[in-house]
Amino acid sequence: MLDRRTVIKGLVAGALAAAAQANAEKSGDASKSREHFRVWDVHSHLESLPGDTPEARMEILARHMDRLGVERLILSQGFGEHMPYPTPEQVRVENDRVMRAVKRFPDRAFGSVFLNPQNTDFSLQEFDRCVRDGPMVCIGELETDVRCNSPVLDPIVERATSMSVPILQHTWIKAAGNETDESSPFDLVELAKRHPQAHFICGHTGGNWELGIRAIRDTKNVYAEIAGSDPVSGFVEMAVRELGAERVVYGSDVGGRSFASQMAKVIGAEIPDSAKELILGGNLRRLLRPVLEAKGLKS
Amino acid sequence: MIDTNVNLFRWPFRRVVGDDPADLVARLCKKGVTQAWAGSFEGLLCRDVAGVNARLATACREQGPNFLVPLGCINPKMPDWEEDLRRCHEKHRMAGIRLTPNYHGYGLGDPAFTKLLSAAADRKIMVQIALSMEDTRTQFPLLPVPPVDPAPLADIVPRMPQLNLMLLNAGYWAAARTPSVRAITRAGNVCFDIAMDEGVGGLERLIAETSPSRVLFGSHYPFFYFESALLKVRSAGLPRDQEMAVYEGNARSLLHRAS
Repeated sequence: MLDRRTVIKGLVAGALAAAAQANAEKSGDASKSREHFRVWDVHSHLESLPGDTPEARMEILARHMDRLGVERLILSQGFGEHMPYPTPEQVRVENDRVMRAVKRFPDRAFGSVFLNPQNTDFSLQEFDRCVRDGPMVCIGELETDVRCNSPVLDPIVERATSMSVPILQHTWIKAAGNETDESSPFDLVELAKRHPQAHFICGHTGGNWELGIRAIRDTKNVYAEIAGSDPVSGFVEMAVRELGAERVVYGSDVGGRSFASQMAKVIGAEIPDSAKELILGGNLRRLLRPVLEAKGLKS
Repeated sequence: MIDTNVNLFRWPFRRVVGDDPADLVARLCKKGVTQAWAGSFEGLLCRDVAGVNARLATACREQGPNFLVPLGCINPKMPDWEEDLRRCHEKHRMAGIRLTPNYHGYGLGDPAFTKLLSAAADRKIMVQIALSMEDTRTQFPLLPVPPVDPAPLADIVPRMPQLNLMLLNAGYWAAARTPSVRAITRAGNVCFDIAMDEGVGGLERLIAETSPSRVLFGSHYPFFYFESALLKVRSAGLPRDQEMAVYEGNARSLLHRAS
């Protein structure tokens, strides 16, 4: 049976051939094997997949992860229709689904707790249930329930900081204007500046990444996440140029997106292999290490 | 490997890699591409369509025989577009044309579009329609360009069995399982590329909804990372013969019909 690292080498070797040559010119490191990449995906959902149960959908994700050598993903809420302004009961159901999927595939997924920050007290209780006392290791994807520059997020961020848990925040800068209560990278920067000890992952980097990268550039505790937008060339190169590879994190936003189109942003980028290694998993493992170690889990 | 969806020259809003034709060809060769069907980014906004097509034809010819296959730009809302079509076919020896209706301001229900399709079918040349070029959410805010609605094709295509039609960048409509879109995917003379096909298992779904013989490799390079399309095929778990058909065989068949 092939192990996952062998699989990724076989699958992407051809895809990488050109990039490797370009990388070699830049880094002088053409001999480094792509089999060294350990791919961790910070942004995934169970929605837009066939299957009636979380376990069945996670099984499908695991099959597709194997095909591209994705070792592990961080699983967030989402099973059916998007729920703006979810009730506590809806939030609980979403988190229970994620924990069921993770329980069935403990070596392939970690859970990320879904919260509705408009309900701060319940959010803190749910954080404790799922993260402090449960198996989850991250917060998010926080979505469109409230713009993230709101002070209602402050107690949640403080609780996350106390356990060194990173926060994945959905952000967009839509050409025709964001939806009501949808956050932008500018909102996230406001929050991050109030909490310099916290680690924030800027979901989608605003979609309009040329603006999003600039928005977060000066705020060092905000990381650019590349998921959920078209694989437009130049994205990752600009992120690495302006932020440094240490502040760029791979995510896919499956099942609405594919692992293929989102991994291609990194695999196809003209950056050194050492940068790809950080983006595809090294940075995420570094961010998660404290909480994983506290839970006795390996990174 | 035949890439049915690349563009030459400069994207109007950003420098992208390979926006010099020689550089693009070198990059494609390194990626294992043996032929690329090329439109011109210039065709989106330039009004001198004849000039756009002449530069495209020259650039493709200069890169050697049979690697870049030029697909000319035609705007059926422009005066005397028929002469542009004639030059594409007879002077530049193009095997097809690539339309961008959303950038040229007409819908597929426009009689001028039907007239153009009919003229292309009479000449037996291939027609590619790019249903979009980029996500509307990320467009330059002063130039919003909505995607092309393919629905009118459901009525047009059955009336033109001679037409060799290919839809590019159809991803926006993939989730729109309206009767008209379903009818188009079932039409035997309509092919699809995979550049904007999305979702876990997306390529397998597209093939199931159309046919293994009507899905072609197309990357939308250099606007997109080429590896996106490549990894979609490599991770789809297709039987080897289907994989080869997507990479190359189906494109060869379509080009043969259009030549």
